[in-house]
Amino acid sequence: MVMATKMEAIQAGRTSTKVMTMIQAINQGLRTMLEADETTILLGEDIGKNGGVFRATEGLQDDFGEERVVDTPLSESGIIGASVGLAVNGFKPVAEMQFMGFVYPAYDQIMTHVSRLRMKTMGRFSVPMVVRTPYGAGIRAPEIHSDSAEALFTHMPGIKVVCPSNPYDAKGLLIAAIEDPDPVIFMEPMRSYRATRGDVPEEKYTVEIGKGALLEEGTDLTVIAWGAMIPLAQKAAKAAAQLGIHCDVLDLRTLYPLDLDLIASSVQKTGRVVIVHEAQRTGGLGNDIISSINDTCFLHLRAPIGRVTGFDVPVPFFALEEHYLPTVKRITQQIESVYRF
Amino acid sequence: MEASFPMKQIMDEEGRLVDPSYQEQIDEKLVQQLHYHMLRIRTFDRKAISLQRQGRIGTYPPFEGQEACQVGSALALGEGDWVFPTYRDHGATLTFGADMVRMFLYWNGRQEGCVAPPGKHIFPAAVPIATQILHAVGASWAEKRKGTDRVAIAYFGDGATSEGDFHEGLNFASVFQTPTILFNQNNGYAISVPIERQMNSKTIAQKSVAYGMPGIRIDGNDCFAVYFETKRAVEAAREGNGPTLIEAVTWRTGAHTTADDPTKYRPSGKGKDIVDPLVRLERFMKNDGYWDEQAVKTLQDKLNDEVETAVKGMAEFPAPNPEDLFDHVFAVLPPQLQEQKEFYLEFLKG
Ligand SMILES: Cc1ncc(C[n+]2csc(CCOP(=O)(O)OP(=O)(O)O)c2C)c(N)n1
Repeated sequence: MVMATKMEAIQAGRTSTKVMTMIQAINQGLRTMLEADETTILLGEDIGKNGGVFRATEGLQDDFGEERVVDTPLSESGIIGASVGLAVNGFKPVAEMQFMGFVYPAYDQIMTHVSRLRMKTMGRFSVPMVVRTPYGAGIRAPEIHSDSAEALFTHMPGIKVVCPSNPYDAKGLLIAAIEDPDPVIFMEPMRSYRATRGDVPEEKYTVEIGKGALLEEGTDLTVIAWGAMIPLAQKAAKAAAQLGIHCDVLDLRTLYPLDLDLIASSVQKTGRVVIVHEAQRTGGLGNDIISSINDTCFLHLRAPIGRVTGFDVPVPFFALEEHYLPTVKRITQQIESVYRF
Repeated sequence: MEASFPMKQIMDEEGRLVDPSYQEQIDEKLVQQLHYHMLRIRTFDRKAISLQRQGRIGTYPPFEGQEACQVGSALALGEGDWVFPTYRDHGATLTFGADMVRMFLYWNGRQEGCVAPPGKHIFPAAVPIATQILHAVGASWAEKRKGTDRVAIAYFGDGATSEGDFHEGLNFASVFQTPTILFNQNNGYAISVPIERQMNSKTIAQKSVAYGMPGIRIDGNDCFAVYFETKRAVEAAREGNGPTLIEAVTWRTGAHTTADDPTKYRPSGKGKDIVDPLVRLERFMKNDGYWDEQAVKTLQDKLNDEVETAVKGMAEFPAPNPEDLFDHVFAVLPPQLQEQKEFYLEFLKG
């Protein structure tokens, strides 16, 4: 079983750590790879001189130059399409989509080329690239800036999707994504950019893609979440503990491929599940998780699986976003109702 | 190329007419109208920035410096025409007849802010860059099909010209000869990226050549140049002569949005020599005997009152209704969504 992230670092005997925010950890991860691999190239809108609208790339152009940290024209399809060419020809593009709601103009390139070039050329060409993108609601951002579109990409064959919830995982997963031989969508919960702080080793390390983490241990119910929903899931698990319901809290960390073993081992133990995601309910990743539980845990289940998700509506303007987003209260109530089934 | 697209100016920075052929068309009514609207939207804009600082609205993109572009172009339209703005063009939509209370609501995260006054063809601000250009092409194409003489104007920035939708929009407009005004505000920057990094072409107007449509480059801080050149393009479109690309060269005085810090990317002296469009018009008014100190003071007081009343209107507007999350997604709520709505309303009670 994969242990909580802090433990991993300590077990690995790393001593040189620094407390930092997720945005700083991402910046460090990018810096580490720019130093370690000269084929790494960063592309995006406002990532150079401005250091990114969230400051994820702060200082990197100063230190690595305009050729490696590139302010591109305002064109998502251009960024991704050109990255395909760079990737097949010896570079490791790390492209930033300024917000996940602006990845759609690039969807064509990702769907029709990034994800299937390896397959159709039987491995002759591959696209080792990373698409970083802040996602999610809850920070009173303007319209379209709050989408959580992971299911569009988990449904897309040929591309991995990762989504860290804390600074340690953010750096480790980002480095793993850049080193991965295949394309990776790297979703950054913008709501957690500065809200979470944690110990981050200063050296280069990776968190394995495809492995989730067990953040809290319980016996009665498994809460499954990722990214920005993790702090809420943990708070709900605490509230449930007050009611005598003890939960495993799983942080999936990678959304494709799923850590099916971790999910199965927890659910076989608890027999009850609540899945939390902020994306819309229909076609949401929660449904694939339910299918996997159906495949591996059917006879262990003691209650129908609960879901706490966004509704089947476009992510609303911010005056209503608190009503769209899962809340600790909604999660706690769902835990209770699954438990008391 | 640059030489083929000289920047058209009617009034210089000192407020003097450099093209006397416009002398007669520039009458008291036009001057007062331009001045009224430019002062009005500036009053709105500055208030919005201060509301954002007080946490009373969300992130806000100011348009200060671009008032001549927005007012000059909006006043050149007719009552039934269509307007397709970006997030920075509410100066244009306010001038065209958008409701000020709703404008504040929009920037306070309320979808009610997207609802145009009845009968007004004002689209909600496009946030995804360049997407609205095609909508303007389609709406004006529909007017052409219906046999009216209405036109549509699409507003967009310099950065927008890098998106595919810009090129697709110009191509559709020219292939179908739609009555569309493609109104570009070249304000020098797309967030942090200066125009010379955005494109290798020296002007935006020259892009019209590739699409076989007329293009013109104008001084966007000269409200007369904006007004008369937009009017010319509108009239050409009404007469069935198709689209025009207008590049209005202007300057974003402030930050990209209230969340942006231009000192990170804009050299400190840059743009300091540019004469503010409102100052330029005031100079003209003073030169030409249109200036009445007392009347302007009275007008400013009146505009302050209007803006304060609108702020009050925003504050007193009915609270956001969670049912609105669900009710407007479809004409008829599908059972699946109905169920989610009922669940949530029940949850709110408990
Ligand atoms: C498709 C898309 N990509 C990125 C963004 C983020 N973004 C918002 S405004 C902006 C710059 C736009 O520049 P420009 O078109 O010149 O207009 P201006 O903001 O200067 O008025 C960017 C990159 C967006 N809104 N939509």
